[in-house]
Amino acid sequence: MSGPKERSVEVNGHACRVWEKGDGDPLGVLPGIGGAPRWTPFLEMLSATRRVVAPSLPGFPGALGHDALDSHLDWMIAAHELLAGAGLEGADLVGVSVGGAVAADVAAIWPTLARRLVLISPYGLFDEDDTGVDPFAVRPPDIGRCLSADADAYDGVFGVPEDEDRVEWLVTLARAQEAAARILWPLGDTRLARRLHRIRIPTLLLWGDRDRVVPRSYADRFVAGLGGETRIEIIPDAGHLADIDRPAATAGAVREFLDRTNGSP
Amino acid sequence: MKVLWFHLMPYTELPDDFRDNHHSVWVDIDSRLFDPQRAHRMYNDFFDELEFAAEVGFDGVCVNEHHNNGYGLMPSPNLIGSALARATQDAAILILGNSLGLYNPPLRVAEEMAMIDCISGGRMIAGFPIGTPMDTCFAYGQNPSTLRQRYLEAHDVIMRAWREEDVFPFNGRFNQLRYVNIWPRPVQKPHPPVWIPGGGANETLRWCVDNDYVFCALSYFGYDAAQGVLGAYRREIDAGGKEQNPFRSGYLQFVGVGETRAEAERIYREPAEYFYARCLHLFPGFTDAPGYRTESTIRRQLQASRPGGGVAALGTTGAPTLEDIVERGYLVLGEPDEVAERLREIARDLNVGNLMTLLQFGNMDRDTANHNTRLFAERVMPQIADLFEDEWEHCWWPSPMPRPERTAPQSVRAVAV
Repeated sequence: MSGPKERSVEVNGHACRVWEKGDGDPLGVLPGIGGAPRWTPFLEMLSATRRVVAPSLPGFPGALGHDALDSHLDWMIAAHELLAGAGLEGADLVGVSVGGAVAADVAAIWPTLARRLVLISPYGLFDEDDTGVDPFAVRPPDIGRCLSADADAYDGVFGVPEDEDRVEWLVTLARAQEAAARILWPLGDTRLARRLHRIRIPTLLLWGDRDRVVPRSYADRFVAGLGGETRIEIIPDAGHLADIDRPAATAGAVREFLDRTNGSP
Repeated sequence: MKVLWFHLMPYTELPDDFRDNHHSVWVDIDSRLFDPQRAHRMYNDFFDELEFAAEVGFDGVCVNEHHNNGYGLMPSPNLIGSALARATQDAAILILGNSLGLYNPPLRVAEEMAMIDCISGGRMIAGFPIGTPMDTCFAYGQNPSTLRQRYLEAHDVIMRAWREEDVFPFNGRFNQLRYVNIWPRPVQKPHPPVWIPGGGANETLRWCVDNDYVFCALSYFGYDAAQGVLGAYRREIDAGGKEQNPFRSGYLQFVGVGETRAEAERIYREPAEYFYARCLHLFPGFTDAPGYRTESTIRRQLQASRPGGGVAALGTTGAPTLEDIVERGYLVLGEPDEVAERLREIARDLNVGNLMTLLQFGNMDRDTANHNTRLFAERVMPQIADLFEDEWEHCWWPSPMPRPERTAPQSVRAVAV
């Protein structure tokens, strides 16, 4: 497979990488915890039928500048500038995990920003009675087992490539963890619940059936809060990062949803 | 050399099966293990030990801050420091210290430390740690990615609050204050000495040099662990064009003194093994948080093939025997002369002029702690106190009010008469 085209969007004076591949209407993707250190099989599969545009939020692989963002408002403005700069205004938007929290929030704050929304195990809410596992209290060697149900698939995305500098690769992953923590610490509750009702566009919620980090019950909480047409689908044999564990099933569910809701306003 | 007596205030009755059947001594330790009536006794014993140390001639007493922690019963060192300011007359009171990023507004720290400085007549040293991930990020919920930025800003506002005489507004990234104007204000001018305990991030070492603060290498792993950090500090001192004054460094050491080495081994075995097996039984996932370590520290540790380093070592100590603990240098143990000789070597070698001794550790009872303290004061201290004194000036020690101008506690009866 050939790689994506790469360009960058400047946010607060820092270059943020934007990967792009495929033809047709743009489909924005905000990756999950750890970001996208590589072009992933999930992105590749989506690019078979759509023009996939995957920007990196500040601090995630390919982008710097997370340490200039102090408040949730700072993050939201940065995310909006990044998505707009990547040409994703009015596009369909997929967000995974921390990217899901950000995608949902920008869709709520700027209701015309996204056309349709796919949230894959999104953060953003917190339930004291069903907390899930804290991925920030896990040492780096154990993080894969926490986030993923498929060690090989996880390693295929996050493992150190043979031709890369090991130290710099691991520093990049550590920086991505920091950026995620900067948005989500300590609970992952971004107060999104106060804004969810503003999302009136069709929204698909995808959940790995073995997600230990954001429990399945959160899908129901999202559905209860969202203001438009919603649907929950479960991806079998997948952990928190379903896009990485089961790329074909996840990309298939995204494609089916986008086909089915085509023609929605 | 200045010799200080440091108390961690460990809970002394963690169960024998703590290591096997409990998750962690820190952050999510089982609160059902805590017996407040036993803690009443522990706190009062600890005060006795600190006050005894001041009485027998230690230059200072030292307290620190931990949260959700079975070996540190001092969430607020300022409470203890304040009581010590009343109960002692001449010892320096080292609050090592307040984790500045936790306080909103940080003026609370400026105020409380100024109170202690007033109560003690200017004997306080202000310690400003960033705080461990366990305390700050997990127990207190602070964002690890903003913690250092908050810390530095808190430091700035505290120092300005102490120095500036006029009311001023402070418009920071994390703190917005219209009227900064603390009452009371510290006795020591322009401010009390500032000491920084830390794990040794390059940024921290450089910042200590730039600001002319004392850097303290605090670890439970003795000389070997401190060597690298204090070596890096000395390089930063050179790079900053400052003098290699040993009084700008501090070092923490567990010490057990006996009449004979055999006695020392006998009486300190259980407390030492209790400390390293139970008090450091820590879930490794709490020893780091994303963004807590600086990127340059992560890079340096990866290059050295050390996955964690710093506090990460805490979770991996195992359950060493006294022999391991002494062999690794975590505990300097023996009869007075050999302890003094070893401490002189360490102090010379690390070039540290401020020795913080841990003479109560683990489940050591008050009588044993006082025995250790007395032997140290009477037979070790005279052999080490002269170190560096003729060669260097200590510019980071408190400047209290003259003795005749300071008051001492009066009993209610005395006041009434």
